[in-house]
Amino acid sequence: MTATGIGAPVRRKEDQRFVTGQGRYVDDFNRPGQAHAYFLRSPHAHAAIRSIDTGPATIMPGVIAVFTGDDLAAGKIGGLICGWMIHSKDGSPMKAGPHPALAQGKVRYVGDHVAVVIAETLAQAKDAAEAIVVDYDVLPAVVDTAQATKASVQVHDVSPDNTVFNWHLGNKDETEAAFARAKHVTKIDLVNNRLVPNPIEPRAAVGEYDFGTDNYTLYTTSQNPHVARLVLSAFIGVAPEHKLRVIAPDVGGGFGSKIFIYAEETVCVWAAKKVKRPVKWTSDRSEAFLSDAHGRDHVTHAEMATDENGKIIALRVHTTANLGAYLSTFSSSVPTYLYAPLLSGQYDIPAIYCEVDGVYTNTAPVDAYRGAGRPEATFVVERLVEKTARELGQNPAEFRRRNYITQFPHATPVIMTYDTGDYAASLDKALEIADYNNFEQRKQESARRGKLRGIGFSSYIEACGIAPSQAVGSLGAGVGLWESAEVRVNPTGSVEVLTGSHSHGQGHETTFAQLVSDRLGISIDQVSIVHGDTDKVQFGMGTYGSRSGAVGMSAIAKAIDKVIAKGKKVAAHVLEASEGDIEFKDGRFGVAGTDRSMAFGEIALQAYIAHKFSGQDLEPGLKEGAFYDPTNFTFPAGVHICEVEIDPDTGVTKIERWTAVDDFGVIINPMIVEGQVHGGIAQGVGQALLEGAFYDESGQLITASFNDYCMPRAIDLPSFQVGMTVTPCPSNPLGIKGCGEAGAIAAPPAVINAITDALGHEDIAMPATPQAVWRAAQKVRMPMAAE
Amino acid sequence: MYAFEYHRPTSVKEAANLAGQAEDIKFLAGGHTLLPTMKLRLAGPANLIDLGQIAELRGIERSGDTITIGAMMKHAEVANSAEVKEAIPALAEMAELIGDPHVRNRGTIGGSIANNDPSADYPAACLALNATIITNQRKIATDDFFQGIFTTALEEGEIITQVSFKVPSQAAYTKFRNPASRYALVGVFVAQHADGARVAVTGAGSNGVFRVPEMEQALSGNFAPEALDGIAVAEDEMNNDIHADAAYRAHLVGVMARRAVQAAVARG
Repeated sequence: MTATGIGAPVRRKEDQRFVTGQGRYVDDFNRPGQAHAYFLRSPHAHAAIRSIDTGPATIMPGVIAVFTGDDLAAGKIGGLICGWMIHSKDGSPMKAGPHPALAQGKVRYVGDHVAVVIAETLAQAKDAAEAIVVDYDVLPAVVDTAQATKASVQVHDVSPDNTVFNWHLGNKDETEAAFARAKHVTKIDLVNNRLVPNPIEPRAAVGEYDFGTDNYTLYTTSQNPHVARLVLSAFIGVAPEHKLRVIAPDVGGGFGSKIFIYAEETVCVWAAKKVKRPVKWTSDRSEAFLSDAHGRDHVTHAEMATDENGKIIALRVHTTANLGAYLSTFSSSVPTYLYAPLLSGQYDIPAIYCEVDGVYTNTAPVDAYRGAGRPEATFVVERLVEKTARELGQNPAEFRRRNYITQFPHATPVIMTYDTGDYAASLDKALEIADYNNFEQRKQESARRGKLRGIGFSSYIEACGIAPSQAVGSLGAGVGLWESAEVRVNPTGSVEVLTGSHSHGQGHETTFAQLVSDRLGISIDQVSIVHGDTDKVQFGMGTYGSRSGAVGMSAIAKAIDKVIAKGKKVAAHVLEASEGDIEFKDGRFGVAGTDRSMAFGEIALQAYIAHKFSGQDLEPGLKEGAFYDPTNFTFPAGVHICEVEIDPDTGVTKIERWTAVDDFGVIINPMIVEGQVHGGIAQGVGQALLEGAFYDESGQLITASFNDYCMPRAIDLPSFQVGMTVTPCPSNPLGIKGCGEAGAIAAPPAVINAITDALGHEDIAMPATPQAVWRAAQKVRMPMAAE
Repeated sequence: MYAFEYHRPTSVKEAANLAGQAEDIKFLAGGHTLLPTMKLRLAGPANLIDLGQIAELRGIERSGDTITIGAMMKHAEVANSAEVKEAIPALAEMAELIGDPHVRNRGTIGGSIANNDPSADYPAACLALNATIITNQRKIATDDFFQGIFTTALEEGEIITQVSFKVPSQAAYTKFRNPASRYALVGVFVAQHADGARVAVTGAGSNGVFRVPEMEQALSGNFAPEALDGIAVAEDEMNNDIHADAAYRAHLVGVMARRAVQAAVARG
């Protein structure tokens, strides 16, 4: 390992820029002549729009234009799309209702887009929006996930009972048969609470149109600018693809919420041409709460069957997934193909059957949020496994170990083939770090102080780098899930990597440069990573689902291999040797068995001056591109152990210890990976203890600000004990599995398992707030303090 | 935010005159409630009178058994004041528990009391420390001052100039924070005075800050945690929201009161 190569804990190159305030985010872009957009949003969860009178607004000071859904329709602007087709059990396609960027005839959630005002200043746009007169016929709303299909309210005409799809996966007959012969069946009812993503940078967009060149530019907070361009051009019809440049500059976190193509950026691009001015919109935090796609929101009943040897023989799951008022860009895939295929967890379960009902409600659209389906699956599996072990009177760690998959590859009944892993190794290491053997002593010590101590496991698995394209296409994906890269070597030997991945906190400028440094033997200071601009970078798929390492870096590695191959040809001419005798090692091209060699930079120069070879024999230059499509998902897995202490008088849960042992395959930068683990755990603890988006019966979001929606703070978290095990991933050339979502996936069941262990019963929902824990603690007789 | 006229008087008299002349006024102290409300367009006063440049609204003074704090003193100034720490350490500790460093370095005692947010900390301190609210027109006994959530005895245009606290023999404040906002879900200030104990509760009551006579009576006889055993506040007078229902709040009042007494006794 070199100081800046693979495996080195290199400090992040981008942090100098970020911590000194030099980052450039969308809101930092101010274009000449720029006007400001403000969206009038629905105050009602469900209402028919009888009329909209924009007249009073148009004459307000500074107002340039006011547009409604009718204007977009007249401009032949299509609706927003959902890019993953799900078919119901009966073979029928999912029921996708219309999703206009500005409402047409009806609003379906609080925050839905009614009209846009474009004015000289934001304050003027807001003033004018108040002058728009909307005549609403307010309708009853449906908000409750479990009741959605029974409600008399109908969100979309295409779906009379608010069902989007009734989907299933697994081997139903085998599952039923296994349950029939089971020795023991454990049942559980779970709610996976709705979350608001809350990246630190809210969404923003600046649309611009150049009348001279007929070119459009969109600056936007996107995790995947090429996908945004494709959807805006090919489906929504705002601009032709080759005439639309999408720039996603520095982006301050996404967690999934910036994958999607929203109404606001659509309107900004379209309106820029209409008003002949650049148009900017920046979400405020209140708008973000209402209109960013939310996450999770499942209601699940699940059952686990075990035989007389304590072996899990079957799992059956029924989930109702709230998709909100409209189908967001990838919403349909999250509770289906990103969920049910993970229900085998780390366990050898021969029979699994899962049914998922996707439903509409009058709430914000729900889509992928850090983990996307996999946290929901892990919560089901790990809560059920824990409860089963308790019901069977078995140690939860050993019950897990007995049921672990040990032979690889392993095909589950839910379409996944796990390639590699060593789950027992992670468990052993986690038990050691957590000092599990002395837990009982710590529990007694807590009891002496009148406190309840509990320990909870989460033996999670996830599937990252969703692929290959052929497979996901057969499951309904509208896109391929490969990644692209171009490696441009300059005559001086410095390197630019143009990547289809997008960094919005992940540290790609460092880790990607480490790969180049490692492979080409040059300093990371000689490497620039270029991303986030469709005019610079070839088509790429972007960053989500922990794919940028496994898929994005593999594309870079493939392009680097081509650069080295081309460099060998150049070196053969320059060093007057046959190509087969040229070796590339430690940053030098040399002739095998001799001391003749030249540095990478020298060969780069030779490639460009082309003095030593004929252009007919060899093309000048040194630049190669690659598209990489993996052979499989990757399967990061690990064991997290959470230890809590509960104050039964107040219900406050304090996390005393956290152990995380993860197998992410080959690690490029352990410091960055550890940071990802920390952040993921923090988000998972947020879901388990603090966060929850709640609508009242009328569909008003009660938790619409940080005053009511509780984000995790440093004080809520202990110092994490992080360990690693490594089984290299065989599905990509770098052996990488991905690490971005693991903590958020692993954490919630670890916390709830610890709390239920402390309480001595299973009846606690997320978020396990002090009130909820206090109430749950009332149900058990408190052990008396021994003093 | 809607447009407004901004005024910055340098004396209380000038501020009062401005308030008397202008329509639709709001006084601006630390602004930590008012400004966010204005930004969200939930408030839009035509005239904003900033009290930040008025020297006579500042200062902390000890005189016999009272400590008097200028209305524009920031929470951090109270928390760090040697006089306050010496005379009423519980009051300094309470100020240190308000919000976060940003809030404590902008928010003021006068602003907090005039606003009478049902989850604010200072109203509980005022009640428990038998404070006198001094305005540009009169002195108001604390028991007459707080009249329900966001409602006080202040007349239109009346300005709090100082708050005068009675120095107790023992006191403490315990606060159970709302996990999200960090305001008091339940905050209990207990104080033992020569003429008896006072127990004031913020955050919990549906009508704002309140005293608990049964607890005061018990503690006046025996200022010890166990004196509160068996004393409960009525659930039907408690607040009820997504963070805590009435039963939980009522329960927490008891827990926090006992812990406050314990802390006060431990301090000695």
